[in-house]
Amino acid sequence: MSDGASTLSAAPQPPLVRRSFLLWALAALACALALPHFANAYVTEVATTALLYVVLCLGLNIVVGYAGLLDLGYAAFFAVGAYTTGILTSEFGFNFWLTIPVAMAAACLAGIIIGAPTLRLRSDYLAIVTLGFGEIVRIIARNLDITGGASGLVGIERPEILGFKLMQVQHFYYAFLALALLAVFVCLSVERSRMGRAWFYVRYDEDAAAGIGINRVSAKLQAYMMGAVIASVAGCLYAAKMTAISPESFTFNQSLLILLGVVLGGMGRIPGVVLGAILVALLPEVLRGAGTYRPLVTAVALLAIMLFRPNGLWPDKRG
Amino acid sequence: MTLDLVIQQLVNGLIVGSFYALIALGYSMVFGVIKLLNFAHGDIYMSGAFVGLIVFSFVGVWVGNGWLGVVCALLVSMLAVGLLGVVIERFAYRPMRNAPRLSILITALGASMVLNGSALALTGGRHFAFNTDLGFAGLDVSAVHITYTQIVLVAASILLMAGMQAFVSRTMYGKAMRAVSIDMGASRLMGIDVDRVIALTFFMGSALAAGGGVMAGAYYGSVHFFMGFIMGLKAFTAAVIGGIGSVPGAMLGGLLLGLLEAYGSSLPFVGSEWRDVFVFGALILFLVFKPTGLLGRSVVERV
Amino acid sequence: MALLEVRDLRLSFGGLKVLQDISFSVEKGAINSLIGPNGAGKTSLFNCLTGFYKPKGGSIRLGGRPITGLPPHRITALGLARTFQNIRLFKEMSVLENAMSGQHCRSRHGIVSAILHLPSQRREEDRIRAAGMRWLDFVGIAEHAHRLAGGLSYGDQRRLELARALASTPEIILLDEPAAGLNEREKLDLVHLIRRIRDETGVTVLLIEHDMGLVMQVSEKIVVFDYGQKIADGTPEAVRADPKVIEAYLGTED
Repeated sequence: MSDGASTLSAAPQPPLVRRSFLLWALAALACALALPHFANAYVTEVATTALLYVVLCLGLNIVVGYAGLLDLGYAAFFAVGAYTTGILTSEFGFNFWLTIPVAMAAACLAGIIIGAPTLRLRSDYLAIVTLGFGEIVRIIARNLDITGGASGLVGIERPEILGFKLMQVQHFYYAFLALALLAVFVCLSVERSRMGRAWFYVRYDEDAAAGIGINRVSAKLQAYMMGAVIASVAGCLYAAKMTAISPESFTFNQSLLILLGVVLGGMGRIPGVVLGAILVALLPEVLRGAGTYRPLVTAVALLAIMLFRPNGLWPDKRG
Repeated sequence: MTLDLVIQQLVNGLIVGSFYALIALGYSMVFGVIKLLNFAHGDIYMSGAFVGLIVFSFVGVWVGNGWLGVVCALLVSMLAVGLLGVVIERFAYRPMRNAPRLSILITALGASMVLNGSALALTGGRHFAFNTDLGFAGLDVSAVHITYTQIVLVAASILLMAGMQAFVSRTMYGKAMRAVSIDMGASRLMGIDVDRVIALTFFMGSALAAGGGVMAGAYYGSVHFFMGFIMGLKAFTAAVIGGIGSVPGAMLGGLLLGLLEAYGSSLPFVGSEWRDVFVFGALILFLVFKPTGLLGRSVVERV
Repeated sequence: MALLEVRDLRLSFGGLKVLQDISFSVEKGAINSLIGPNGAGKTSLFNCLTGFYKPKGGSIRLGGRPITGLPPHRITALGLARTFQNIRLFKEMSVLENAMSGQHCRSRHGIVSAILHLPSQRREEDRIRAAGMRWLDFVGIAEHAHRLAGGLSYGDQRRLELARALASTPEIILLDEPAAGLNEREKLDLVHLIRRIRDETGVTVLLIEHDMGLVMQVSEKIVVFDYGQKIADGTPEAVRADPKVIEAYLGTED
């Protein structure tokens, strides 16, 4: 043990992506960029859905994987985004791009209303309250006139970029790819920042984190709100792609699928979550003939992962 | 509100409330012993209703669709679903007992989804009729007709809960249960078979939920695979209102929630489609202002 | 004026009186100890001082400012850091990340500046990492910086807890049984380290300890507890000679 001589030299910040991983990431990106040129409309459509789930799962991963909070009503924030865009473009004639900041603000507000009272309590309470919140948002969407009731909204404006209108499935594929890449970049940046570490401290040992000077309620609330914002942006683009939305796209089952994506690949780790999201998007295609057995297959998958591979299919080597 | 409406909603509230109380009791007991929110509890209630319906349709051939059939269905379902609860604990929760909290919660969620998904796969999502001929004879209070069935249901729920309270406070097993809920490690050192106590808690909690399921099925005349989802949420709300972990609290919370819902949804500006929003609003208000519930004790967490 | 001043502190769980009218003070730059048999209320007192328990009555002042009833993170930010009796590291994270956690309350950049990679945020990150490394080096485990904290030896885990607490640049550090589970050699190192903390960084030290030898060796003043009450307070020599202490504590433990 050396007391005097300092060994302070080597502590550079690690790069965003490890060099060994960079090559694989670039190869995957090249495949993703080229996909619409080789694949037919059906495959592109499924791939677009997969990218949507990548964004949603990365957002939920901030809440579940980083801060260790179980959110069972995540689809509600997705709905907040979709309905904000839907209402503002179809009823008030807003430009699509202007609806995004409004949706983000609405998601933040909803996040505070649900998070602030419950995040002080045990994490189990949050799980049930978010479950109830998810149902409330769906019930509200079904019973208000402005949300179009049970049949939902139609005729949502499609976005334009510099005079170019997004119309075809390929256009939306690239739009979702851009959003997914942005989400990955945001997660990578935050994961290794001061607040990102604070989330992990809180997740691994709340008391120790508080004892070392971390405001656990504030840290959890920030994770919860950031997850909400990401889901709402995904919701905006989803509404623009579908041009019609209804409450049935934002059920408890939707929240469960997103959670399954996070857990399947490996909570808290970006490559695992991306893998899990893609698997979840493929699941309905694979199980097309299974009918009423589909929820059971999803359920067994979730339970089996938790019991036999709790760190997911692609866990972090560090444990 | 007219007096008749007040009485009518009192009856409705008490009946729904006693179902909530039965389910909330199981939630609270399991939470008390292993500090786990058993997400599958609502689905256990749903399973109880289905098992009850199956038994009822078999024995109905011999004993008819009257009280005897319902009682048979109730007892068999409580026993069978109680054992189901033990099986779930053994294979889903016990392996996770020392896992991180988040993993335990997700496992519980998975168990809930498996029960729910199995029921959907087996029934194809259809509603099943639970046809009893318990009749509509009863008492008339003012202009409100109260059937004997309603009175018996409330009385039976209260009896079951009182039995449970007596069991927890009077017997050796009840004492062991309370010991485990205070300190699992120390209880093990004192020679209590902790695994057995936990299994027993699951058995009793699940049996109560099944009892509630059979009674609700017989009362409303219909059983459906999704009936446990909202019920689970409501029962949790009832448990929180009463103070989670407290047996009398669960009863009080259940009855209060039933009354709140009955009177709340008869207010002119609320309406029944907003009933669930009303209930969750109450849940959030309670969590903000009185997270320990009406009868719960505040717990000092050890550091 | 004393750095830490406790007046008439009371705490009870249900009907059980855990602490009864405790008063003592710690001077700036001192090394003091709290001793007492198991269950005397030492750790409960620590939990009151650090904001984990809310006392029933009395006051706690840090540098003249009242801190009674504040949440733990505020108290840490005001300059009071602690370690835990049963080591509470973030085992799944690296040793360096553990040490960096102490700097959280001394830095301010949030989510948005991290996403934008602002130059000032990058500089702050550099500063946090450098501080983490400096304290790892101070306690002598800098070479393990990139290992998982859970993989360290027991003694090194104790050192890491110290580094983490020191990284919050406290005025005073509370050590809860730092010698528990250490062998004789490691205990000597610990005494040396505690002295260095005070001498090289000026941080005041208050420790709870069972090991009487270590306590007598390192402390300038000792407060003795029994059944939630203070029974003695003074220099090691005075405490050792106090008949009440001998009866309550030294008499029962060989």
